[in-house]
Amino acid sequence: MLRTAAWRPPRLVTALCLLTFVLVGCSPEHYPQTTLLPRGDFARIADDLLDTTVRWALLVFVLVEGVLIYAIFRFRGKPGDPEPHQTHGNTTVEIIWTVIPALILAAIAVPTVRAIFQTNATPAKDALTIEVVGHQWWWEFRYPEYNLTTANELHVPVGRTVSLRMGSADVIHSFWVPQFAAKRDVFANRETRMWFKAEVEGDYPAQCAEFCGIQHARMAYRIRAQKPEEFRAWVAHMQTLGPKPPPGTPPAPKPTATRATAGEVKTATAGATLQQPGPPAGPQNPQYATGEQLFMTKGCVGCHSLQAVNAPKGMVGPNLANVGARSYIAAGTLKNTDENLARWIRNPQEIKKGVLMPNLGVSETEAQALVAYLRAHQ
Amino acid sequence: MATRVLDQHRVQKAAGHGEKTGLWSWITTVDHKRIGILYGSTAFLFFLMGGIEALLLRIQLGSPDNTFLSPETYNQLFTMHGTTMIFLAIMPLSAMFFNYLIPLQIGARDVAFPRLNAFSYWVFLLGGLFLNVSWLFNAAPDQGWFGYANLTSRQYSPGMNVDFWMLGLQILGIASLAAAVNFFVTIINLRAPGMKLMRMPMFVWMSFITQVLLLLAFPVITVALILLMFDRFFGTHFFVPSGGGDPILWQHLFWIFGHPEVYILILPAFGIISEILPVFSRKPLFGYAAMVFSGVFIAFLGFGVWSHHMFSTGMGPIADTFFALTTMLIAIPTGVKIFNWIGTMWGGSLQLRTPMLFAIGFIAMFIIGGLSGVMHSEPPADLQQTDTYFIVAHFHYVMFGGSIFGLAAGAYYWWPKMFGRMLNERLGKVHFWVMLIGFNLTFFPMHFVGLNGMPRRTYTYPAGLGFETLNQIETVGSFILGLSFLVFLINILQTWRKPRNAPADPWNGATLEWSISSPPQEWNFAQIPVVHGRDALWEAKREQRVTQLPEPPHVSGAGIHLPNPSYWPLVSAVGVCAVFASLMALGHDKAGAWLVVASVALLFFGIYRWAFEPAG
Amino acid sequence: MTAVAHDAPHGLEHATATGLDSRKLAIWTFIGSECMFFASLISNYLVNKGRNLVGPFPHEPWISPSGEHFKPILEIPLVTLGTALLLFSSLFVVLALSGAQRGSRKALVGWLGATIFCGIFFVGMQVYEFTHFVHEGLTLKTNLFGASFYTLTGFHGTHVTIGVIWLITLWILSLRGKVPPAKSLNLEMAALYWHFVDVVWIVIFPVVYLIK
Repeated sequence: MLRTAAWRPPRLVTALCLLTFVLVGCSPEHYPQTTLLPRGDFARIADDLLDTTVRWALLVFVLVEGVLIYAIFRFRGKPGDPEPHQTHGNTTVEIIWTVIPALILAAIAVPTVRAIFQTNATPAKDALTIEVVGHQWWWEFRYPEYNLTTANELHVPVGRTVSLRMGSADVIHSFWVPQFAAKRDVFANRETRMWFKAEVEGDYPAQCAEFCGIQHARMAYRIRAQKPEEFRAWVAHMQTLGPKPPPGTPPAPKPTATRATAGEVKTATAGATLQQPGPPAGPQNPQYATGEQLFMTKGCVGCHSLQAVNAPKGMVGPNLANVGARSYIAAGTLKNTDENLARWIRNPQEIKKGVLMPNLGVSETEAQALVAYLRAHQ
Repeated sequence: MATRVLDQHRVQKAAGHGEKTGLWSWITTVDHKRIGILYGSTAFLFFLMGGIEALLLRIQLGSPDNTFLSPETYNQLFTMHGTTMIFLAIMPLSAMFFNYLIPLQIGARDVAFPRLNAFSYWVFLLGGLFLNVSWLFNAAPDQGWFGYANLTSRQYSPGMNVDFWMLGLQILGIASLAAAVNFFVTIINLRAPGMKLMRMPMFVWMSFITQVLLLLAFPVITVALILLMFDRFFGTHFFVPSGGGDPILWQHLFWIFGHPEVYILILPAFGIISEILPVFSRKPLFGYAAMVFSGVFIAFLGFGVWSHHMFSTGMGPIADTFFALTTMLIAIPTGVKIFNWIGTMWGGSLQLRTPMLFAIGFIAMFIIGGLSGVMHSEPPADLQQTDTYFIVAHFHYVMFGGSIFGLAAGAYYWWPKMFGRMLNERLGKVHFWVMLIGFNLTFFPMHFVGLNGMPRRTYTYPAGLGFETLNQIETVGSFILGLSFLVFLINILQTWRKPRNAPADPWNGATLEWSISSPPQEWNFAQIPVVHGRDALWEAKREQRVTQLPEPPHVSGAGIHLPNPSYWPLVSAVGVCAVFASLMALGHDKAGAWLVVASVALLFFGIYRWAFEPAG
Repeated sequence: MTAVAHDAPHGLEHATATGLDSRKLAIWTFIGSECMFFASLISNYLVNKGRNLVGPFPHEPWISPSGEHFKPILEIPLVTLGTALLLFSSLFVVLALSGAQRGSRKALVGWLGATIFCGIFFVGMQVYEFTHFVHEGLTLKTNLFGASFYTLTGFHGTHVTIGVIWLITLWILSLRGKVPPAKSLNLEMAALYWHFVDVVWIVIFPVVYLIK
């Protein structure tokens, strides 16, 4: 009777494991942040290496676990069994099973060392340099080639190597680009580097990968990989985002090629859609003027810059020059709708407790005005 | 040395086997068996606490954007879960086995320094309480069990959270170091005549190597924590960039300790498995010498792999290559052990009792953990894996699937020896299967959710990244895992009420502890045994052509010298704790240096009285 | 297994597998562990060497931004004297131990006293050095050198102080005749610890004071 009872659990366990594996292991397309669908050269080096290792690991797994399970059944003791042969060891066998793993590891070591040197190589001279600065709990991006500063939404051109030069303003963070590259920690006292060439355009999520305090979980950002001409148009547009002209000036020309107008935009990841913010309020909108006023009087200007070009360094808060057009706010925490933006302005501590932006006692009408003002900054 | 000849009358008056009863006898005990039970019960309670912390984490992660736990509470819980499981559960559970078994397996009456042994336990208990009293201050450690600088600097962690962790670990470090000196000397010096090193039970060998690791690794984290304390309390800048310091220095120091620490966590379980597999296969351990040398090699090499925890810091290709290769190298002796264990089972007559099920479960789970470990050893691939749930999966497979399964196997195996009662076999099997299923359901999906983009140490995740399904499965799995320990508790409670009549040798064991009564009398061996080979007890049974030796008679113990009980170890332990508590007060301007001086005086007082305790 | 318990033949009960007393082995084990402790502190000092943002510096002069002049702060002659005395004290404690082992209370008390004197001088020298440096403008907080220097030499000095307390305790006991040859192991353990503390200084002194 013990025999039948003992048969069921092993089958159940095996079935569960296989089920889990089959159900969820083989569909990385469902995961926008997956590392298993490399779309850039650096990520491909990592993925190829993992592939090789997983193949060997699966082989070893099946063999060794197989032998173990076989042994359990083959050598089950029965009552009255004689004492088994008292083997103490077998030098030949032991040498073989020491050498074989060593050979397998050597086989893995060769591509590993090659990949280490590949991923540590200096990128090409014509790479696009982007400076990344980690802050508690948002990401700053600077394009020295174009004199641009932005935050939380990284635009890169497809097909051109991007060379990241990275640091931190405070504690250790980790910049993770799972789709195109991998991750690299950022420090306050030294520069770290990473590079990648994006191969597929699209809008991708990513997030900080080194525990950095209370809101580490909410330090996400977006990567927009764009066709080269769209990227150039974005850069050109961003370079117009200096200080806003005084009220009464004719509105700035609406950007065209960089993104679709209000409506749905499909991203590269299946099924995900992005709600684009509505058309911007122009400078002649009366709410705009109030918002502009409040941006000063409420103290926002102390931490946030609104100019993308020649932006001052060392600002405590993210650059907001194009905040109106970003898909998310608060470092990937909230979708960038008017309602969310107002909520965030009025009570950041409730949404992202511990964030350095204080509650400034902004009333509902004041918030509307500020939203209108910020929405105009696209 | 304080000794006492057993009083014949007292022996006859005391209940059962001449043991003392009452709270005071436990507080002043210097008997390694009692200290082992103290370690085990305290550690088990901390283990349950760490488990509840985990269940709370899993509830929070069961759905996206969940608000069951605030970010601060979550960060405290994950920090305390890790710290508790490593320092307050696995290590002291191993210490339970070191304490109970090492003297028995080497044929000694006690450890080399019984009062130092008691001291280690009390310091451990006080350290665990110190760490957890932080909850009452709403300042439980929240910087992760690894406490990376410069998040841990005063600037970015102004509260007492980091200090509780920093000082608590120092207290625990003292307990571990004292115990390590004790067991190191015990194993080298107190072996019975004829018990050469290469005749020692494998558990003693693995424990011995563990003590060496403890002795060499703990001083490094002691220094790291001192430097952190100086930064936080006295304004130095060891890890603070603005003062010229380097946060990476913390990582190096921490992981030079941290990697040997994981071998400290697994080697005792290796030793336990190496005892159980031969007994329940009815044949000797396959390749004893290889098992010894692979253990030594692992320990030695374990000091040369630490920066594989730092691949994402950009150390450069030479450093990356060096540590990748040493990490791969360490897989070889580990693999050898696994094959030797299977080789032990091969051709045997497998008795699938509960200890054996856990031992086999250990092998199966550890293989998985080891394989994912090899995947981490490659820096370019690791740059995608590190700081994701893929790593969380790996270390739970080796620490739970490895250490906990191994410790559970040991618990079922040696329960009758320690408590004189057999745990219920049917409940034991239920415990095993529920634990195996719950464990795999919880941690196997983590491999996938990690590689698919979920970072670790995050109090929540948004909807839309695909993480929901796997997290739900993991949460369900964690509760099944919790349930398995409920089964274990029921087993323990039921067993407690049974009469204390387990035989000396219920499993047909090979080692000396099975030659004495269950539980042993206070002095362990009526006569110190003389050993002629490995698996001494099997040799003795074979010589006498029996499968079971007769029950050992109960003896009066007259004429045997035993160490006196003492409360000075406890007083000294209180002194140690007071020193660190007063440092905490000093660091937060709640008391002056005088309190530290007074605490040191208390400590010295305890040590002096201990040193000058009159002989019996 | 006999019914009546008895110890192994007299002498064998306390026999150890190595023949060494367990307490002596314990001190050696502890010393081994302490080697890692000081190795970590010394490594920390070496890692931070030359990475100061501001002075004063150990071997070079420094002019602060506000124009204040600082000499190189280490005073080699005094420390060399203390080092020499510490080295001699190791010899003295060996002589004291020899006296204890052959039952000569005079030699024991005399040489142990000399050891203690050297130890107290060394600690005194360090206290003077520390107060002098603070006066000169070097504190724990000043720069990485200050932090590393005080931490390393401070922990070493604490170990010396504990050694002095231990030796004084034994000295008082020896005055009372409580350290006969049979109990000389107590002094031997302290002497081993004392030698260790000395050896650590033999590493620290060149690393900190001599090598620029």
